[in-house]
Amino acid sequence: MNILSMPNSFNELVRCVGISKSYLTDQGLVRALDSVDMVLESARTMALVGPSGCGKSTLLLIMAGLEKPDKGEMLFRSRTLEKPPREVALTLQDYGLFPWKTVRANVELGLKIRKETIDWKKIMELLDELDISDKLEVHPQQLSGGQKQRVALARALVLNPELLLLDEPFAALDTLNRERLQELAAKLWRQRRFAMALVTHNIQEAVRLGQRIMVMGGAPGTILKTVDNPMACAADYFGTPEFYDKCSEVRSQLELIA
Amino acid sequence: MSNKAGYILAVFMLLCFWQVGAMLVGSNIVATPLMTLEKLFHESQSQRFWKHVEASSFRIICALAISFVTAIPLGLYLGSSRRADRIAKPLIYLTYPVPKIVFLPLALLIFGIGDLSKIMLLSLILFFQLLITARDSARAVSRSAKYSLKSLGANRLDLFIHVIWPSTLPAVFTALRIATGTVVAVLFFVESIGARYGIGFYILDAWGRADVPQIYAGIVVLAIMGVVLYETFDILERVYCRWNQL
Repeated sequence: MNILSMPNSFNELVRCVGISKSYLTDQGLVRALDSVDMVLESARTMALVGPSGCGKSTLLLIMAGLEKPDKGEMLFRSRTLEKPPREVALTLQDYGLFPWKTVRANVELGLKIRKETIDWKKIMELLDELDISDKLEVHPQQLSGGQKQRVALARALVLNPELLLLDEPFAALDTLNRERLQELAAKLWRQRRFAMALVTHNIQEAVRLGQRIMVMGGAPGTILKTVDNPMACAADYFGTPEFYDKCSEVRSQLELIA
Repeated sequence: MSNKAGYILAVFMLLCFWQVGAMLVGSNIVATPLMTLEKLFHESQSQRFWKHVEASSFRIICALAISFVTAIPLGLYLGSSRRADRIAKPLIYLTYPVPKIVFLPLALLIFGIGDLSKIMLLSLILFFQLLITARDSARAVSRSAKYSLKSLGANRLDLFIHVIWPSTLPAVFTALRIATGTVVAVLFFVESIGARYGIGFYILDAWGRADVPQIYAGIVVLAIMGVVLYETFDILERVYCRWNQL
C-alpha cells in the first residue's frame, strides 16, 4: 500500500509528503532528495540506511525543522513544520557539544533556552543511567568519544522529547562502545517510549534500533524499500538468528541498490 | 619554563645582542643598554616623560576600544549573515588593502592636530584587522554547532550568545594581539606630526637633538607598552577562554 494512501492514524507523529530538497554548492545545484514519503508513529523507531550522499541526513534535518523542503510538506502532529518543534531533540555524529561549556552547562542548555524548569534531581538520575554523573564539571574535550555521545544523548533526553533524531550517532566510536551505546539507546527507548529516527551506515545498528528500516538510494535520494523489523529495541533481539536474518535482508536490499 | 623565567632569559639575550651591537657600531649610533637604562631612570624622574607615556597610552587604549566595539560586532554579524556579507565583502576587499597611514594628512585636516585625528587613524587601521578576523572566525562556526543549538529551540540571540561569541573569542584575542603590534608601530608615525606629547614625538625630538640614549629609551618604552598589552590580552584569554587551553 502506498504510504500516502495510509489514513492518518491516531498516533501518527511525523509525515513527509513528497519532499524534495536541493542545495546550492560550489559545484552548482545538488538535488539531495526527491519525492520522499514516509510516516513515523509515536513511540516507534525507524532507521534510515543507504549509501553516502543519498540524502539521509538531509531528511533528518527536515524532520527536525532545521531545513525546509523545496517541494512537499513535512507534517508534525498533522501540522506543517515551520521551525524546530519543542517535542523534537537532535543528536549529531560529531555530538554537537559546545567545548566552551562544561558538561553541566551543555546538558542544561536546552532547558535554559526553552525557559523550562531545571530539575537537577531528575537530570542526575538520567546522567547516572548514562554513567556520566561524575563528569558534570569537565569540558567535552576532556571526555572520550563514548562519553561525549552520552552527554549529547543526555542533552537531548532532558528535554523529554517525543521524537529523538540521531544522525549517525555512534559512527565515530569503536565497536565495543558502539554496541554499548546501541544497547543503551534501546534501553532508554524501552523505558521512555519516544519515537526515534536514526540515520546510519551500519546495518546491524539499523536492525538493532529501527522497527522500520527505510532503505534509501538514488541521486537525488528517495526511499526505495521499507523493511519491517518489529523486534528492534527488544532486550534479547541482538545476536539472535532472526536478527541476523533481518541484517541479511537489509544487506540484500542495499546490494540491489548498489 | 615559567613565563617569568622566559622573560628574564629573553631580556638577557636581547641585552647581550644589544651590547654587542653597540660595541660594534659605536655608542654614538647605538646607545648601550646601560646608557639607555640610566637615561630611562633619569627621565622617569621628570613629569614631562610621564606625560609622553600617558598621551601614547591614552591614544592606544582609545583606538583599541573604538575599533573593538565597532569592528567585532560588525565582523561577527557579517560572518553570520551571508546576505550582509555578500553586500559588504566587495567594499571591505576594496578598502582593506589601501594603506591607511596615507590618510594621516586627511585625518589631521578633518579632526585637527589634537588627539582625535591620531586616535581615529589608529582606530581605522585596527578596525579592518579586527573586522576581518571576527568575520572569518564567525564564518568558520560549524553548521553542526548551529544545527545543534537551533534544535534546542534557540533564536538568533541565543546563537550569538551560546555559539558565535564564545567560539570566536580565541580568534578575537589573536586579532587583538596582532592589532597591538600594529598600533604600537603606527603610533610612532601618527605622533610624528602635530604632536607635543607621545612616545613617537619623544623619540623624534631626541633624534632632532641627537640624544641617542633618549631614542633608545623611547624604543624601550614602546616595547614595554606592547608587553603590557600582550600580557593583558593573555590574562583575559586565560580567564575567558579557559576551555581552549584544556
